Order: sequence, then structure tokens, then C-alpha cells
Amino acid sequence: MSEILLNIDGKEVKAQEGMTLLEAAKSAGINIPTLCYHEKLEPFGGCRLCIVELEQRGWTRLVVSCVYPVEKNLVVRTRSEKVDRIRKMILELQMAHAPDAFDLQELAQEYGADRNRFEKESSFCIHCGLCVRYCAEVKKANAIGFVDRGIRKEISFIPEIASKECWNCKECFPLCPTEALQAAYVLTKALASFETTPEK
Amino acid sequence: MNNERIDQIIDNHHGEASSLIQVLLDIQSENHWLPKEAIERVAEKLQVPLTRVQHIATFYKAFSLVPKGRHEIHVCVGTACHVRGATRVLDTFQDAIGIKPGETDLDLKFSLQTVNCLGCCALGPVIEIDGKTHGKMAPSKTAEVLKNYE
Repeated sequence: MSEILLNIDGKEVKAQEGMTLLEAAKSAGINIPTLCYHEKLEPFGGCRLCIVELEQRGWTRLVVSCVYPVEKNLVVRTRSEKVDRIRKMILELQMAHAPDAFDLQELAQEYGADRNRFEKESSFCIHCGLCVRYCAEVKKANAIGFVDRGIRKEISFIPEIASKECWNCKECFPLCPTEALQAAYVLTKALASFETTPEK
Repeated sequence: MNNERIDQIIDNHHGEASSLIQVLLDIQSENHWLPKEAIERVAEKLQVPLTRVQHIATFYKAFSLVPKGRHEIHVCVGTACHVRGATRVLDTFQDAIGIKPGETDLDLKFSLQTVNCLGCCALGPVIEIDGKTHGKMAPSKTAEVLKNYE
């Protein structure tokens, strides 16, 4: 594995080939905010919060650092004006779905995001996919998955699998940045018990 | 649709997990919808997690998880058809079959759906039944068109 030298926020950073920008920054002690990143899981690039600005041959462009592999002589800026503006917008859009999530509130304070900018549509899930991917990649249980698409996309447990696997695991619960997952689990459980209890 | 037929479709695609969408499409076109049992069977046979099959089956509009009629009627309500009176054509279909867009009648004969453009605006108002296009529709032609489908 060859070493790659790049510049992140004015700091010379050594990285291994095949690393992502996010991993390189982390190893150099530079913090990039993330919501859908988890070290045990494949990069997802879902939340777009880890967006950074690259400078190449006089041009700048925006890339998502959790899925962008390091390249030689890259000049990366993790907190430019443009990047901050985009992160603020992402947070404001997500807060329309989960206004009271602690992770989002903390980030919103840092980036000056207004939780009331967009009309509330409290689905509580921000589609980070952590629960879905953790269940599939780490636990290999596949008890939870995405259904539907676009604005109707949501997480959904498969009751038959969840009833066997989830009670003793629940490892995905603390991963959820908005606690929408617990709600989905309680709902599935309630529906399942409702279906199995005979009517009086 | 019985399990043997599903297995046969899976065998036609050599039981490869990468053929998942093709298998689902075949079942959909034969059965007009994907019952829960069929989805479970496919997941088990192709060694694909049920969550992924469910994700795909709900993602694409071509798949239906509720029973669909033998004939699918698509009424175009795109801009060109709309100004040529597509809503009136749609009304006559609703009255003739007794269902609203997105619904299926009790005999599983017809499913009615609106679409936003079929790509042949010059023929508007246009409808499509089982892939066959009927152009230059009019409310008075509805009954005649429906007569051809059993």
C-alpha cells in the first residue's frame, strides 16, 4: 500500500491508498460531521453532511468525503463558506423531519441552522440507513429494511424475523440519530401482538 | 400462482440472485401482482434477504403488492391530453367500471391508473390497455373499447 500525501485545511496529511477523505481527515484529527457514517459499515453517502470542497487545478468542487477516495496532492477544505452553507441547508431540511433529535440540534447550533425554516413533516426518520445497514452487514439478520421510495421511503421491520432476532439484540437502537427506529420497533411489536391476540 | 410455477420461473433465470428483478417481473406479468408467499419463496430460493426483495418490490412502480386486474388501463392526463379532454375520458372509464384511479374492480378484470405522459401527445387524449395504445379517445368511444376485453 503506497502512501498518499494530501492537504486538508492547510495541514499535510499522510493517507493510505484506498482510504476515503473522511478517514484520512479523522486520522489527522480533523473533525468532519457525519450522520450516516459508521466505522463498521460500508460507506453509504446518504446524509451528505460530510461534504467538503476540493481544489484541483484552480477549480473547486464539492464532494462527499465519506465515499471519495484520497488522491495525490488534493487540497481539501472542510469548513469553507460554501460547505458551511450547504451543511446548514441539509440540517434545516432534516430538522423538518426530526426537529427534536439531539444530534441534529447540536449540529444546528454549530452551523446556525434554523429548525423552523421549513414546514414540519415529522417522520422522525432521516434515512441515514444505519439500522438497515447494521442489521444487514454486522448482524446479518436483515430484520429491518427500507420500503417504498422518494418522499414515501421509510424503514420497516419484517415482523417474522424481528420477533426472533430483535429482542435479544437491539444493537441498532443507540445508532439511530433521531430515535425514529425505536418508534418503528414499538409499532411493529404492537401490530404483531394485536394480530396474534384473538378478538374478544 | 403455485410454488411449482414460481420455482420454474426461478429456474429459467438459473436461480441467480442477480436476476431478482427479472424473476419478480415474470411473476408480476403472469400473476398481475406479487403475493407475500411469492416474495418469500423468491427470497428463499435466490438466497436474497427478504428486506431487499421487499425494498425492490416497493421501489418500482411495475410491481404491485396488492391484487391487480387482468387488464391494466392507463389513462394519460398529461398536459396535452388534459387540454384535449382527458379528464372527461377518465370520468367515463370510472363510471363504466365503477372504480377510481389506483383501484381494481371486484372481478379482478380491470385496474385503472392515470399516467402523466405516454409520449405520443399528437394522439391525445390517449389511453393504454395492456400495452396497446388507443389514440384520439373520446368519452363516446369508451364503451366500445372496453367491449374488447374479457
